[in-house]
Amino acid sequence: MTSLRADWRRARAIAWKDLTTERRSKAGFNGVVALAVTILVMFGFALGPDAQAIRDGASGAIWLAALFAGVLAFNRSYQVELDGGALEQLILYPGSRRAIFAGKLLANFAFVALMLVVVTAVGGVLFQVQIPAEWPILLVIFFLGALGLVTLGTFYAAMASRSRAREVLLPLLLFPMLVPVLLASMEATKALLGGNVMGDAGAWARLLAAFDVVFFVATFLAFESVIEV
Amino acid sequence: MTKRIRDMASAPPLAIDARDVARRFDTTWVLRGVTLTVAPGEVVGLLGANGSGKSTMLRIVSTLLRPHAGSVRVLGHDVVKEPEEVRARIGFLAHSPGLYDDLTVRENLMFAAAMLDRHSRDVCQVLERVGLTHVAGDAARGISSGLKRRLALARVILVQPRLLLLDEPYSNLDTSGIELVNSLIAEWTNDGVAALVVVHELTPAAGILNRTVTIQNGRVASERPELSVLHAGLSSAANG
Repeated sequence: MTSLRADWRRARAIAWKDLTTERRSKAGFNGVVALAVTILVMFGFALGPDAQAIRDGASGAIWLAALFAGVLAFNRSYQVELDGGALEQLILYPGSRRAIFAGKLLANFAFVALMLVVVTAVGGVLFQVQIPAEWPILLVIFFLGALGLVTLGTFYAAMASRSRAREVLLPLLLFPMLVPVLLASMEATKALLGGNVMGDAGAWARLLAAFDVVFFVATFLAFESVIEV
Repeated sequence: MTKRIRDMASAPPLAIDARDVARRFDTTWVLRGVTLTVAPGEVVGLLGANGSGKSTMLRIVSTLLRPHAGSVRVLGHDVVKEPEEVRARIGFLAHSPGLYDDLTVRENLMFAAAMLDRHSRDVCQVLERVGLTHVAGDAARGISSGLKRRLALARVILVQPRLLLLDEPYSNLDTSGIELVNSLIAEWTNDGVAALVVVHELTPAAGILNRTVTIQNGRVASERPELSVLHAGLSSAANG
């Protein structure tokens, strides 16, 4: 119990450190959000002038913008450690390595959640999407989708951080694994925006939750061997 | 015989007990069977040319690298089988300071304190001890490399280690910085803390080292008491 409490304290310290660093280097968040918004605009052009097609494609555009911008954020979260050899010091602190994963996960989740808020607001305007009456369910879907995205992103970014070609390696490792999470997130969001709350949205949300649990447990257990030298 | 066995059993374990340690990078063997021991309270200097394997040895002892052959025990704990036990007992000063440039000097230490379960008042004491109080609110990015070295040293103090692993601790330090490192090592060793110090030249470490070990081509080339220790021994013999 004491060890769990100590790990939780370390995880919070890492999350605080990452978020403070990110807040100070404003270029990071601004750059990631700018990329996400650009992707949304590009999707808008690609979908053409048909209003219904734009509305149908909104959920896909929002989640893909979050994915591409998220990859930048995941890479940055380990780049901070690699600059000046801080990763070695982080590994040498006593306690479980899982505290490092939990801390990085917390910080990345806060970052991606904030980015999703901006992306959804911009996407809502660009794609003329009405916020549904069941918006709390939309929040739950966004929470589950972001959790899956961040869990896998944080894990594979740690794995790729050991490589010199990490910027290329991370998308190669991450994108195939994210297919079920992204598919479930997009379909659940699309069903909800289309007013199909009781049918497809619920089923996709349950599937998304199941994926999240599997990925969360698997990455948590495997992280120790990924970060160890 | 029984007393000898009892004495051996009750004797504190060696701070470092490395046997036939070998390590390669790709196909190049950097260490080819290094045997090295450091007793509690002893300060050993690790010498050698660039690329001789000094830093690799230090990283193996710190658990950052695994040996490909041989064994290393730190204060009785195997570095491969019990890395967490080892990490809880070592203070490692790497060649690069390992700081977060966007955090202030104090925030860097507050983070270390949180990771090490130390109180925030310890941070104030340590800042004062290493002479960084006047830059405590400055971003780590903006301070000189010598002050960064002091900050990295401050983090080692927070660890309260039983074994110090110092990789070129004098680099970028001015005279007062060198004196600070030597006084800290002296304080620690008085409390039984051992130290393995990678040094390029002996001058700054004069009077601190008990013994030097020279590594050449991945092997221990020589092992001798440090000159000042020899001098002290010779003068006491001459006087006595």
